[in-house]
Formats: sequence, C-alpha cells, structure tokens
Amino acid sequence: MALFDAVLELADDHLVLGHRISEWCGHAPMLEEDLAMPNMALDLIGTARVLYDHAGKLEGQGRDEDVLAYTRGEREYRNCLLVERENGDFAVTMLRQFYFAAFMEPYWQAAANSSDAVIAGVAGKAVKEMAYHIRHAGEWVIRLGDGTEESAAKMRDAVDELHRYTGELFEEGAAEGEDALPSRASIRPAWEATVAGVFAEANLEMPEVRYAQTGGRNGIHGEALGHMLAEMQVLARAHPGAVW
Amino acid sequence: MYSQGLIGADGSTEETQEFLDAFQKRIDAEEKIEPNDPMPEGYRRTLVRQIGQHAHSEIVGMLPEGNWITRAPSLRRKAALLAKVQDEGGHGLYLYSAAETLGVSREQMTEELLSGKAKYSSIFNYPTLSWADMGTIGWLVDGAAIMNQIPLCRCSFGPYARAMIRVCKEESFHQRQGYEIVMYLARGTKEQRDMAQDSLNRWWWPSLMMFGPHDADSAHSEQSMEWKIKRFSNDALRQKFIDATVPQAEFLGLTLPDPDLKWNDEKGGYDHGPIDWDEFWRVVKGDGVMNRDRVKARKKAWDDGAWVREAALAHAVKREARMQAAE
Repeated sequence: MALFDAVLELADDHLVLGHRISEWCGHAPMLEEDLAMPNMALDLIGTARVLYDHAGKLEGQGRDEDVLAYTRGEREYRNCLLVERENGDFAVTMLRQFYFAAFMEPYWQAAANSSDAVIAGVAGKAVKEMAYHIRHAGEWVIRLGDGTEESAAKMRDAVDELHRYTGELFEEGAAEGEDALPSRASIRPAWEATVAGVFAEANLEMPEVRYAQTGGRNGIHGEALGHMLAEMQVLARAHPGAVW
Repeated sequence: MYSQGLIGADGSTEETQEFLDAFQKRIDAEEKIEPNDPMPEGYRRTLVRQIGQHAHSEIVGMLPEGNWITRAPSLRRKAALLAKVQDEGGHGLYLYSAAETLGVSREQMTEELLSGKAKYSSIFNYPTLSWADMGTIGWLVDGAAIMNQIPLCRCSFGPYARAMIRVCKEESFHQRQGYEIVMYLARGTKEQRDMAQDSLNRWWWPSLMMFGPHDADSAHSEQSMEWKIKRFSNDALRQKFIDATVPQAEFLGLTLPDPDLKWNDEKGGYDHGPIDWDEFWRVVKGDGVMNRDRVKARKKAWDDGAWVREAALAHAVKREARMQAAE
C-alpha cells in the first residue's frame, strides 16, 4: 500500500493548502486577489480530487474522494506542516504558496514520465499551474519584500515563521522506494534555486533553521489542522451517507 | 437585484431642450451611447449610481456564499461554490470598469460603499444559515437577478450592456447550479428536504423584494425607462419571475411560503400575497440582520489590505526608477 499512502500524502497537501487559500475568498486586500486566490485554490482542490480518486482505487476498499477527504481526522491526514499553517497576513499566505509551488513545479516535472498513468496525467496539467503559482506568489514576495518598510518587515516575519517547515518538503515519506513517484530529496536544488532567485529580488535572506519542523507524514500536526478539518467536515459528518 | 440601484437616483438634468431631444432621438433609434458621447448629466449620474450599486452587490454578494466555502459538504460542491463566488468577484470587476468609463474611480466607489453612502442589493443582508441556502440563492436570487439583467443587455449605455452579456451567461449557469443543489436536497434524506424547505421559506419573499417597490411607488422609473436604462417595470419582472419559479418548486416537491399564491386564468399568471414592504425598507435603510456585518467585513478586508496595496505601489515606483536609471 505504499503507493496508496504516498498518493494520499500528495492529495492531502493539495486539499489542505487549497482549503487554506479558499478561506481568503471575499476578504482579499484587493479585488484582483479575490479573483486570483480562488483560482489557485481551485487548481489545488482539482488536483486533490484526482489524487484522492486514484488513491481510493489503489486501495480498492471503495473509499471515494469525499470519504477520504471528509471522514479522516487529523491523525490520519498526511499533509506536510507547511500547508496547514494558518493564513496569517497576506505575506504569510503568499510565501507559503510560493514555497509549496516552488517545490511542486519541479516535482511534477519529474513525475511527468511516471509509470503510473494517472500520476503522469496529473503532472502534465499541474506543472503549468504550479509555474503560474510560483509567478503569482513569487511576484508578491518580491513586491512586499521590496515595497514599504512595513511590508518588508512583514515579509521577513513570514520567512522567519515558515522557513522551518520547508525541510519536511524533501522527506521521502511513504513514497520511499516507489518508482512511480519522484524522489522528494532530489527536488531540493531546484527549489533552492527558485527561492534564492526570488529572495534576491525581494531583499530577503535565506534564514538559518535551527531545527526543521516535521511530522506531518506521520500524522503529527500542529493544532491548527484539527480546527480546519472540524470546519471543513462538519456538514458532511453531520449527515452520514447523504448525497449532496 | 439591481432595480434597487435606482432607488433615490437623481435623474434631474439641466441641459437645453434641444440637447435633450437630440439625445432622446439617439436612444429611440436604439443607438448605443458610448463613454465619450455627449449625454445629459442626469443620465450619467443615474448610470454611475446604478452600475456602482450593481458592482457593490456583486462584491458584497461574495460574503453570504463565501460563508459556506469552507464547509461545503463534498469536494465537487466546494470547487463549484468557489468558482461561483469567484465569478461574482469577476462581475464586480467588469462593472467597476464599466462605471469608470463614466468618470468615477473604483477607489471612490469603494469608499462610498464602506462609508455607507452607496447601497447594494438588500438581499445580501440576509444570513446564510444552512447549506441549502447555497442552492436557494443560486436558484432564486440569481434567478431574479437574471430576470433583471437580461433586459440590461439591451441597456442604452454600451459598456454596461456589453458587460451584462457575459454576466448573464454566468448567472444563468449559477442559477442552474443552485437549482441542482436544491434538487439533490429535495431528493435526499428527510433532514436534507427539511433544510431545503426551510431555506425556501426564508429566501422567497426577500427574492421577490429584489425587483424593487411596486410600480406605483417606484419614483425614478419613468425617466430611466425613457432613457432605456430600464426596459421593464418592477412589477412586470416580478410577475415573470414568479410565473417561472412556481413550476420549478412544484417539480421539486417544495412549497412556496405564500398561501395566497394561485393561478389567475384571466391574466395568465400567478397572483401572490402581499409583500412586507416595511421589512424591505427596513433592510434597505440598514436594519437587516447582516447589514452591519457585511459592511464591517468589507471594511476589514479593505483596511487590513492597505499595507499590501501601499507596498505594491511603492515597489512599482522603485522598479520604474531602477529601469529608468538602467536606460
């Protein structure tokens, strides 16, 4: 079941981050972002749906996308810690998006030739979406980092808060030894190059991380995820078996 | 929702009769008026008001439905609702752009919304209390909006009419999507059916109010009809909406909350019970359940985002300076 678990990790990453971004809808700093953020959320949730469906079929126990998304609790969610972090301010949200996309874009590139046809198919579409997320979120990291004193300070705070969660992106997790999926560790040079390029323009320094936070792949999360899932699942759980 | 945009509109104008006659001749010939064309000040002011309020309605309208994005009961519904709310934001953007062609800026219009000077459709001052409201809003609220907006595709002001064509296509999709949500509930468990009926009970009358006061009490309609900003009366559109909706409710096995609703053979349409206009005016004037919260939420988004907008501007200035220095 290693491939099932590995696909579930990927699906959880996408759903949790998609949900987080969707929380902004209607509350963004400007109308253009009220359009852009739901777009990014839709990309991520769309990818999550295909991956959950695939995972359910790999498992073969009849669990569909909604059973997998709506009936597992926080210990069963396998997303990395970065994506579950609360939105915070716009700097935190955009940096989180940028960090994740800077990882997923080369990841999907490497997955495009996967022996698993569904993974290869997802990769072909998602790689373009992630390139767009890098551009959109990366431009905001630059604008805020090289904007006003206030925005630069907020951007530095965002780096300080989130950078400790980036190390986990490169842990192999359940995909260890799975040929159908790329090695996560192998993505690190590409990620570092993308981040370094944007940081240079944003006047940001790559911080030293004393201890990289990790544990999401084993279901050891921060406390915020449980609240997010409680909200997300409340209606579905209140009506077991109902069709919507 | 948008005939409410004319409430309090000041169509008074001071041009010469000759100018007004020439303008009216163009209107009567169904010519489109474009932003740089000569137009009576009253025409311009009425449109700024109506398009601005329409835009604000789209933006504030993101909030009641946004309230359920994080709780949508399936991933398919979550994605569809997100896309729908995003569409509303997109409509706001076209409409602000259409209003800007008349010489008013988006920032000005936003400030008027936040200060309470500009209004938006009263329907959005009702709370969304269950998932069924996502269906009912699509079915009834977007359905009523379409009735109002289809004629606006032929509005005499070109930019507004053109924006409406795309808006109507999307609204029509939203209406079907909303109806589909209610259909699933109506065919679902008892709890789901109850949820749908309760939602219909709460939204039916406010939806009828979206068409605005009865014709006899609609102060500024006549001039707008003459200028072909408005093409049908409030009551005519309301009647059309009721006649279209009754069979849709019957198909779902749901009951519209009006004991006086019955078919009138003579007029070839349904008669309906009295609308509570006290409630309508109360909500328009700011005392609906959600009025304060809606404006507060918009104001919070705007204020919290100020540093982001300032940073974007500061960065653009710096980048421009660097590019000039490099030349």
